[in-house]
Amino acid sequence: MRWKAVLRVGVAMAAFAVATTACGQQQGLGSSSSTPSVAQGVHFEPGTTMAKLAEAHTIRIGTKFDQPLFGQQILSGNLTGFDTEVARIIAGALGIPPDKVQWVESPSAQREELIKQGRVDLVVATYTINDKRRQQVSFAGPYYLAGQSLMVKSDNTAITGPDSLRGARAKVCSVQGSTPAENIRKYIDPAQLTLFDVYSKCADALRTGQVDVVTTDNVVLLGFVSNSNGAYKLVGDTFTKEPYGIGIRKGDVAFCTFINDTLTQAAKSGAYANAWKTTAGKVAEQTPQLPTFDSCS
Amino acid sequence: MDIIFDNIGLYRDGFITTLQICLYAAVGSLLLGTVIATFRVSPLPPLRAAGTAWVTVFRNCPLTIVLFFCAFGLPELGIKGAYFWFGITGLVLYTSAFVCEAVRSGINAVAPGQAEAARAVGLTFTQSLRDVVLPQALRSVVPPLGSVIIAMVKNSAIVGAFGVGGDLFSVQARLTSAQGLSLIPVLLGVALGYLIITIPAGLALGVIERRVAVMR
Repeated sequence: MRWKAVLRVGVAMAAFAVATTACGQQQGLGSSSSTPSVAQGVHFEPGTTMAKLAEAHTIRIGTKFDQPLFGQQILSGNLTGFDTEVARIIAGALGIPPDKVQWVESPSAQREELIKQGRVDLVVATYTINDKRRQQVSFAGPYYLAGQSLMVKSDNTAITGPDSLRGARAKVCSVQGSTPAENIRKYIDPAQLTLFDVYSKCADALRTGQVDVVTTDNVVLLGFVSNSNGAYKLVGDTFTKEPYGIGIRKGDVAFCTFINDTLTQAAKSGAYANAWKTTAGKVAEQTPQLPTFDSCS
Repeated sequence: MDIIFDNIGLYRDGFITTLQICLYAAVGSLLLGTVIATFRVSPLPPLRAAGTAWVTVFRNCPLTIVLFFCAFGLPELGIKGAYFWFGITGLVLYTSAFVCEAVRSGINAVAPGQAEAARAVGLTFTQSLRDVVLPQALRSVVPPLGSVIIAMVKNSAIVGAFGVGGDLFSVQARLTSAQGLSLIPVLLGVALGYLIITIPAGLALGVIERRVAVMR
C-alpha cells in the first residue's frame, strides 16, 4: 500500500511538472509583451508590393541571427532585438501577425543577393545605407543612426581610439565584406586585420586573446559588452556615421514610402520607442529619435 | 571584365596569399602524409595503430570542423598564433590523411619481391622502405597525389572564413558586399584565379608523371 501511495504522489508530481512546463512553453511561444499592433482590414493599391504581401498574409524578412540586441535567435528559436521589432512593426502594418513572419538569416555579405534574388521581401539587419549598395538595392529609413566604435578587454589601457591602433600594433577583428572592416583599414596595416564571417567569432577571438580589438557599429558591440559580465568595454567615441536602413528591391518607391510612413507612425504612437526599450534600450541609456529619412528613389 | 581589371591589385594580393597557403600546405601535407603512410606499413603495432587512427579521424571529419578546431580550439588550449598558420595547419592535417592513403596504395603496389630482396641483402626495414620501396611507390602514385593536391587548392578557399582574410576567395566579400559590385563577375575573377593555380598544376603533374614513370 505504501508503495502505491508513493507512486501516486510521484505520478501526480510528474503530471504537475509536465503541465507547468507546457504552460511555460506556451507563454514563450506567445512571444514578447511588446507584440506590435496588427492592422486589420488593410487595403492597398493592387499590384503594389504591399498588396501582394497583405494578400499572401506572410512576409519573408532577412535579419541577423547572431547580433545581440538587434537580431538574435534565442534558445526557444524566437528572434529578439531592435531590428526584429522594427520588422514586426512593418509586418503588422501590412496586416501580418508576428507568427506569419518567415525569418531568413542574412549575414552581412549576403544581404544584397538575398534581396536581388527575391528570397526576402525586406532586410532589417544592421544594414548601413551607402551609395555602392544603393546601386543594387533600395533603402527605406534610416530607422537608426549608429557609429563605428572599438571594443577591447576591460584591462586594456593601450588602446584609446582608432588612432592608437597602429602604434599599439593591435590585432583588429571585424567581419568580411562589412562597412566597418573597410573603414578601419585607414587606421591599421593589412597584417593587423583579422576577418571572420560573423561577429560572434570575433568576440571569441577577443576572449582567447587572438585579437586585441573588435570593431563594428557601437550598438552591435554594446550587445557583446552586455553579455560579457564586465570583461569587455568600448573605448573612444564613435568615428563614423552608420545610418541603418531597411533594404528592399531596387526601385520599389511605393514600398519604401509605405515603410517610411509606417516608421513615422510608429514613432508617434510610441511603438518605435517601445521596440528600443525592450531590446537595445536595456543596455544603451538613451532612446533614439527616429532620424530624418532619405528620399525614396 | 572591367570589374576584374579595376580591382586587379586586390585580386593579385588575394592570389598571392592563396598561393602561399597552398605551397606551405602542399609541402606540409606531402611530407606528413608520407610519414603517416610509413607508420601504417610499419612492423610496429603502436605505429600502425597511430597511423590508422590519424587517417580515420582526419579523413572522416569535414574540413570546416578541422579548421574550426585549429582556429578556435588551439587558442583555447593557450596556443597563440597567426590565423594564417592555423589555417595551414588545418589544411595539412586534413590533406595528409588523403596523401597517406595514396602513398600507402603505392607501397602496396610495389611487388613484394622488392622488399624481400632488400631484406635478403641485409637492409633494415627503414633502409628498404626509404631506398627501395618508397621511391618506386611514389612514382606510381603521382596521378592520385596530384588530384589530392588540386583538391587541397580548392579547399583552401574555406580557410578564408577562419580569420585568414585577404585570400583569393575573401576578395569576393570585399568587392561585393562592402563595395557593392555584383556577384557574378567578381566570382568569375575569383574562379579565374584558382584556375591559374590548378590548371598549370595539373599540366606540371602530367610532365612529372611521364618523367618518373617506371617501366614494369
